[in-house]
Amino acid sequence: MTDTRTTDTVASAGQSPDVDQPYAELGLKDDEYQEIRRILGRRPTSAELAMYSVMWSEHCSYKSSKVHLRQFGDKVPETDAMLVGIGENAGVVDIGDGWAVTFKVESHNHPSYVEPYQGAATGVGGIVRDIISMGARPLAVMDPLRFGPADAPDTHRVLRGVVEGIGGYGNCLGLPNIGGEIVFDESYLGNPLVNALCVGAMKHDDVHLASAKGVGNQVILYGARTGGDGIGGVSVLASETFDADGPAKRPSVQVGDPFMEKLLIECTLEVLGAGIVEGIQDLGGAGISCATSELASNGDGGMHVELDKVLLRDATLTPEEILMSESQERMCAVVQPENVEAFLEICKKWDVEAVVIGEVTDSGRLTVDWHGEQIVDVPPRSVAHDGPVYERPYARPDWQDQLQADSAAKLARPQTGEELRETLLRLVGSSNLADKSWITNQYDRYVRGNTVLAQPEDAGVVRVDEETGRGVAISTDCNGRFTKLDPYKGAQLALAESYRNVAATGAVPLAITDCLNFGSPEDPDVMWQFEQAVTGLADGCLQLGTPVTGGNVSFYNQTGEAPILPTPVVGVLGVFDDVDRRTAMSWESDGDQIYLLGETRDEFDGSEWAHVVHGHLGGLPPELDLEAERQLGQILVAASRDGMITAAHDVSDGGVAQALVEMALKAGTGARTWTPDGIDTFTHLFSESATRAVVVIPRSEELRFTAMCQARSFPCTRIGVVDSQLDGDNQLLEFGDDFTVSLNELRETHTATLPNLFA
Amino acid sequence: MSARIGVVTFPGTLDDIDAARAVRIGGAEPVNLWHADEDLAGIDAVILPGGFSYGDYLRCGAISRFAPLMTRVIERAHEGMPVLGICNGFQILCESHLLPGALARNDGLHFVCRDQWLRVENSNTAWTTAYSPDSEILVPLKNGEGRFVADDYTLDQLEGEGRVVFRYLRGNPNGSYRDIAGICNENGNVVGLMPHPEHAVEDLTGPSLDGVGLITSVIENYVAQESFA
Repeated sequence: MTDTRTTDTVASAGQSPDVDQPYAELGLKDDEYQEIRRILGRRPTSAELAMYSVMWSEHCSYKSSKVHLRQFGDKVPETDAMLVGIGENAGVVDIGDGWAVTFKVESHNHPSYVEPYQGAATGVGGIVRDIISMGARPLAVMDPLRFGPADAPDTHRVLRGVVEGIGGYGNCLGLPNIGGEIVFDESYLGNPLVNALCVGAMKHDDVHLASAKGVGNQVILYGARTGGDGIGGVSVLASETFDADGPAKRPSVQVGDPFMEKLLIECTLEVLGAGIVEGIQDLGGAGISCATSELASNGDGGMHVELDKVLLRDATLTPEEILMSESQERMCAVVQPENVEAFLEICKKWDVEAVVIGEVTDSGRLTVDWHGEQIVDVPPRSVAHDGPVYERPYARPDWQDQLQADSAAKLARPQTGEELRETLLRLVGSSNLADKSWITNQYDRYVRGNTVLAQPEDAGVVRVDEETGRGVAISTDCNGRFTKLDPYKGAQLALAESYRNVAATGAVPLAITDCLNFGSPEDPDVMWQFEQAVTGLADGCLQLGTPVTGGNVSFYNQTGEAPILPTPVVGVLGVFDDVDRRTAMSWESDGDQIYLLGETRDEFDGSEWAHVVHGHLGGLPPELDLEAERQLGQILVAASRDGMITAAHDVSDGGVAQALVEMALKAGTGARTWTPDGIDTFTHLFSESATRAVVVIPRSEELRFTAMCQARSFPCTRIGVVDSQLDGDNQLLEFGDDFTVSLNELRETHTATLPNLFA
Repeated sequence: MSARIGVVTFPGTLDDIDAARAVRIGGAEPVNLWHADEDLAGIDAVILPGGFSYGDYLRCGAISRFAPLMTRVIERAHEGMPVLGICNGFQILCESHLLPGALARNDGLHFVCRDQWLRVENSNTAWTTAYSPDSEILVPLKNGEGRFVADDYTLDQLEGEGRVVFRYLRGNPNGSYRDIAGICNENGNVVGLMPHPEHAVEDLTGPSLDGVGLITSVIENYVAQESFA
């Protein structure tokens, strides 16, 4: 077909400097547009404008967060584990024996609200491509999720779609889903959080980076064809802006094809394994614009692209649309000319379409031709890396003091045994603490046969090396209420909880990734929350010796003027020399002793109890001593190594009561427990003091274990004993003289909530 | 010489490395087979593993049955070679008419992943001789389209000829007719089931070791045949 539309070329841009350009509609500020004109020494072509607008967007450029994120690079703990740091598609850490692991968490919040199924599905797809583009075989995925109130009608729509999308994509892709979080709160009603984490492993020599080196090397685009989906992701790149006669606006949410992604994984690992790839990059946000400019910017600095070569699903796409399309399941590789044939052969084997679209040059420019005319001629670094940087104003909100003064201490507490029993059942059945298996049973946790622990365990554990048993544990955590009360400490509490969860399985915490979900950066209150949280996280990582390997910032999560609870989700990765020594959360044998590690204080501000029973949020989050957290971690790891414990479970939301209930239900075995001296039963059961865990110890190990805790001066209190014989067949959980509940009643209450709401 | 058990990979197959691991743990030699190959590489038995071959587009297993390798598998199945289809592999066997019936979307319309009790109803097939009659086994189940359906005549015939090999116990997870989890052909050499015995072969990663018996059954029969030969 003949294209009668005129193309805005570099030559015509030079001749028509005064053309009105739709930069504002594309999201660029006046001074940003002027800066582009300054860089180019002329007005940008429409294709160049499109590229800059996406690459300089908040999402791609981190322009509001950059100044704060620098702390993660400045406050790096001493560690030899980091092989590749922040800035690549994902960080890479050394886990020993020549193995390296890469992991990252990213957000797909807004698409998942607009179109929950595809939004969540492509969120999984995107993070998996980040991991394969590092050269790693993906091992597992996890999904930290936040929704509005569980009984809100729109939560029904969003949650069901998101869960189906994660399952539909992840199950078909063949990656086990091993954990994550499901949290409900009013603030997420108009803005759910759908974060996705992927972890992958490779040998050290197999680490690949996104760079285009070697003049004359060929640039190959492979995977799905480029279509018109996802273009609205860059808002107004609608055709009438560029060309009134072009195709109509298209849906802004991308559509995923997990089957293609599975082929892409196998095909990519095969070409990487064949040693015929010089550089590789996945295509996600900003599509070809992002991949080509980043590859060129990281490499020898020049690349030429023949855009006509790109295989299309829709022949009517304009060059601007092709550059911007966020069609899923595509990758870009840089390959030496003599290896192109072998590369294409492997693609053919996997039925993956591939085409050479350009080559590496020494021009220092990224140039793009369309039907023989040049439509892009830019310095690639100016697009990919030298975007604008903002020092957004931030200030402690004027309501913060009042919020912190409004402590939960004044709230009425249960007094009698019967009141305590009712409180326990109410919490156990509340949406945040209820059993989540209605959701997680829709995810395949078995595929690939290396899943050692999966939800509801404290952390997901996967075996990396079948010969040696070397493996990793990962947990993601964040209590947004704590972060609202004090963003600095809330972020540290998220880190501490995730660290503890990993240590509870017996893994040594090694490094973290984070997904920083916040409201609008243009709101100084939100920006203060962000600055505080990043500082808290950077300081905390320095203290715990766990570097930040990478992650993602998601701003503008709010409904109208009301931002979400600040939600810096922290994912901690830990390593096992042998996963065979992992500690699970459920107790096993009668007579095993139940101990509480750590100190319980009267801490109810921001607690699940205050939220569920009183709808209250105020005060100060629990105290946190990261040195104690590190000690607790060491105790849990040592206990796993020396076989001193049979179970361990982190104490967090819902306190000791929730931990005991979860352990008993998982085991199907009851226990006698009691309130230790010097504390009231309510505080013992429901306080959410940090840095605590419940461990289960066989009698034969009791002395050795308690001696270890004493040697470290770490509080260790006996609070119960596993006992299946309390009442014949009916397993019971006894709470001293205060009250007793049968496991049947607990299970009924704990498991009925989600199916009743969503099935 | 140990038995050589082929494991077929179609585009979109997911549990192939798991099936190969199970073969190894069971004591046989796994042989990787590619859907586009036409040579069965001298195998003694073959497993069609789980996954979403060809994306399960059109209908689960509907495209895979036309793969070049499947033509050879079907021929050899008619000659008596042991063939096991797990999950998507079961769907492919039904689409290939090696087994009757079909697999439809689960009741409840959700993907279900859970540990499932089964009863081994026929311990005389090529894949189940290692189990004692009526043994109860625990293996993972994970599928979205696992509801076994067939007309009454076929169901009665399957029951009457003892061709129901595995039946769901303690709760039917997907609405399968007559709680049927797995069936075999008339000769008992072709077996298909929805649950995943290959995920119950290691203490570390599975709910039991109950899945190993399928592999050891084939090995026993292979050894018996060898000694006759």
